[in-house]
Amino acid sequence: MRYLPLTDADRTLMLARIGVPSIDALFADVPAAARHPGLLDLPLAMGELEVERRLGAMAAKNLSAGAVPFFLGGGAYRHHIPAAVDHLIQRGEFLTSYTPYQPELAQGTLQYLFEFQTQIALLTAMEVANASLYDGATACAEAVAMAGRLTRRDKAVLSGGLHPHYRTVCETYARFAGNELRARDAAPGGGEDLAALVDEDTACVVVQNPDFFGEIRDYSKLAEICHQKGALLVVIVTEILSLGAIIPPGEMGADIVAAEGQSFGNALNFGGPHVGLFASREKFVRQMPGRLVGETRDAEGRRGWVLTLSTREQHIRREKATSNICTNSGLCALAFTIHLALLGEAGLRGLARLNHAAAVATAERLSGIPGVHLVNDSFFNEFTLRLPRAAGPVVDRLAEKGVLGGIPVSRFYPGRRELEGLLLVAATETVTPEDIDRFEAALGEVLR
Amino acid sequence: MSEWSQALSAPAIPEPAPAQTISGNRGLQIEEPLLFEQDSPGHCGVDLPVDFPVPAPIRSRLGGLERQRPIGLPGLSEPQIVRHFTRLSQKNYAIDSGLYPLGSCTMKHNPRLNEKMARLSGFADLHPLQPESTVQGALELIDTVAHWLKTLTGMPAIALSPAAGAHGELCGIMTIRAALEARGDRRLKILVPESAHGTNPATAAACGYEIEAIPANARGRVDLAALRARLGPDVAALMLTNPNTCGLFEDEILEIAAAVHGAGAFFYCDGANFNAIVGRVRPAELGIDAIHLNLHKTFSTPHGGGGPGSGPVALAAELAPQAPLPWLVHGAEGFALVEEAQGPAERSIGRLKGFHGQIGMFVRALAYMMSHGADGLKQVAEDAVLNANYLRVKLADALSLSFPGICMHEVLFDDRFLKDTGVTTLDFAKALIDEGFHPMTMYFPLVVHGALLIEPTETESKASLDQFASVLRGLAERAQSCKTGAGDMAAFRAAPRLTPRRRLDETAAARKPVLRWRPAPLRQEAAE
Repeated sequence: MRYLPLTDADRTLMLARIGVPSIDALFADVPAAARHPGLLDLPLAMGELEVERRLGAMAAKNLSAGAVPFFLGGGAYRHHIPAAVDHLIQRGEFLTSYTPYQPELAQGTLQYLFEFQTQIALLTAMEVANASLYDGATACAEAVAMAGRLTRRDKAVLSGGLHPHYRTVCETYARFAGNELRARDAAPGGGEDLAALVDEDTACVVVQNPDFFGEIRDYSKLAEICHQKGALLVVIVTEILSLGAIIPPGEMGADIVAAEGQSFGNALNFGGPHVGLFASREKFVRQMPGRLVGETRDAEGRRGWVLTLSTREQHIRREKATSNICTNSGLCALAFTIHLALLGEAGLRGLARLNHAAAVATAERLSGIPGVHLVNDSFFNEFTLRLPRAAGPVVDRLAEKGVLGGIPVSRFYPGRRELEGLLLVAATETVTPEDIDRFEAALGEVLR
Repeated sequence: MSEWSQALSAPAIPEPAPAQTISGNRGLQIEEPLLFEQDSPGHCGVDLPVDFPVPAPIRSRLGGLERQRPIGLPGLSEPQIVRHFTRLSQKNYAIDSGLYPLGSCTMKHNPRLNEKMARLSGFADLHPLQPESTVQGALELIDTVAHWLKTLTGMPAIALSPAAGAHGELCGIMTIRAALEARGDRRLKILVPESAHGTNPATAAACGYEIEAIPANARGRVDLAALRARLGPDVAALMLTNPNTCGLFEDEILEIAAAVHGAGAFFYCDGANFNAIVGRVRPAELGIDAIHLNLHKTFSTPHGGGGPGSGPVALAAELAPQAPLPWLVHGAEGFALVEEAQGPAERSIGRLKGFHGQIGMFVRALAYMMSHGADGLKQVAEDAVLNANYLRVKLADALSLSFPGICMHEVLFDDRFLKDTGVTTLDFAKALIDEGFHPMTMYFPLVVHGALLIEPTETESKASLDQFASVLRGLAERAQSCKTGAGDMAAFRAAPRLTPRRRLDETAAARKPVLRWRPAPLRQEAAE
């Protein structure tokens, strides 16, 4: 076995040194009834070539996004990842290191996480950010829990424009934590009066910007109303690139921002791993979940970095911790940091402009097809179309024609007849003019 | 789970600084400022297409909400970025560079084949919400991972979506609570041994439970009598790590399971240490109802400096109906996902994360499992246990072994051997850093004083273990010599001396947290 350095001769010597007759003697504490004598019913060891063949065959059965005109978003976005990103994150010193508990041996990880935290704070215009969570949906649930701790209230109001996976993850967490959620119905394009739901028991209002249907809104007024009633405003961002173009949550008065960071540096990966982003106000930092990296000095007075405020965390506080999270998304955060560092201010602005331009062009072309209507008043790189018939079968027909043409909203809301015709379409910098032509032609044919 | 505690380290006793260089660099240790301190405004490390994907200027549809103020991100070219992160990487220790004996964390070799497989475009460049007809291979991958994990655990069902071990715990305890509620049984408490990972009580609390600690017996195992005394109709579950965090197999586990089940409670196992028994012992045969598996431990997906992980949970038949969404089913037209809590999944606890789980980690874990096979995985457990016991006997007379007798994949020492030396567990561990080794887990588990928990893993050679043991013995001797005053205690206190940074002031970091870079003028304002 190529990954195991011990030879049979080593094993014999070592057993003798330990003073036991056989390896079985080292498993003597296992009750006899639970010892599995032979091999389990699984294939035997394989060489690299065989593993590559088998997994390659599975991979080949899938239709890769890059192989066809591709227009899916809905919380996971296909962007071009600069070659340097994947090269750098595969350096063994990053890839194969542990959580940086020993700061003297992990200044590299700690420094990039400090840079990551700074990038998130700048992007969201918030004061502080943590070193990542699992993904946007779990970050959202953590935000609701944190708002509950800060306000000592147990009700959260969720916008109907919140990503349905984020809403359902919040519902799962809240059910067991004993919190009450009031989720508004999904209603694309229409305004919802969230302010009317804020009362003295409300811990937070959760909105998404751009919302699930792509609409961009100014939540400044809602923030004021929340604050008047002692509630917090949580803003969710599922397409972090949008903050290169639109007003950030911090400038709208958000108290907590939870976001998905996959767009920078991370592949779609069929939905994971992605990277949860979490930012807040400095005064709330002791209630934040997850790792935090802080600046300090070493014994020679030189600047260095450490994990800090760990008295919030499970390994110190156990059942009184702010979250049970331990492992987060370190390497995904590194990919994010490198990609955003490569872009810089100018690149980020430019990439956001390109995305918006691609989406505007796509929306104009598709909404020119008879019977197809653009639902949005505003959008960044994703928008919703109303088709003259159910979008689910249309998307399947498009796939048969070699176009991955958006997400039917009904996939998230089965049984909601009024949403059946809605198609969520995203266009990023990876879309070409020819892709738009092919999408337009295919959609026109399918709807004819 | 993979976490462990550590005392806050204070600045060491100052001593003469090493020779000062003009640059501040020390040979291969190169100082590297923050990205934000290297800004060339307007510069960019990516050349974006100028008039692509659309040629003409477009009418903005941003609803008048354009971002106006500068964001503050620095501009750098690609060579500057590559050098920056390469230099940062050189300040890290990694399993690629040496033995990483963090007990309970399982730092083993990460095969590069797994990385290559995860990057196949048929897996990496796949959107989670593509039509199911276009992702049958990815669903087959999930199904295959499920088959391997169910076979290895002997359990009938597996929930794959949890994103890490602690998330798997959350999943397991939620399914237990939902199953209890489904039978109209409201219970309030979860029992957790003193030696448990911090995630266990934190998870139980997040699921609305009170936590009661169960003491360990003199043999480092659960005190069965104490457990029996605390079990009752108010107890929902026992959360037990097995092999436990003392590196010992819970040899009364069948009695423990019987007692838990006799009280109508569920038996949750923290599977962080499954690597010790994989292929040899199946958790189902130990009476376990739910066990999470850290794919980044047993199945060697890279730790990545703190994630991403993956924490599938194997479930007994009674808990399976509560498994989180989505479910993978075999339909008429191939694999299909059940994404709503209805039909077969009507009793599901719901969704625990966005989309379907950590697919990229499944690819790596499956490549690992296929590479090893049933025979290799069994060998993994055997070599992991052999290596730990070899270190145990080589160190037993130099360090103080907490519990005599054989151990599993890790061996626990405490600080009795440092008594009267003035050297602490922390000092000892930091001295190990100067010797070129990552320290073992310190001060965890909490059941012994000044714990030093060593897990070598199966991917260390005998020569590597011999060298490590001789260094530990040497350090122990040096510590002993401090008793008489002959030794250099100050050297221990000042360690490490050869790292890019010396001991860092964690107390100061926590007292006045600086959690982000700010431009200089703002720093001044903040100071005023």
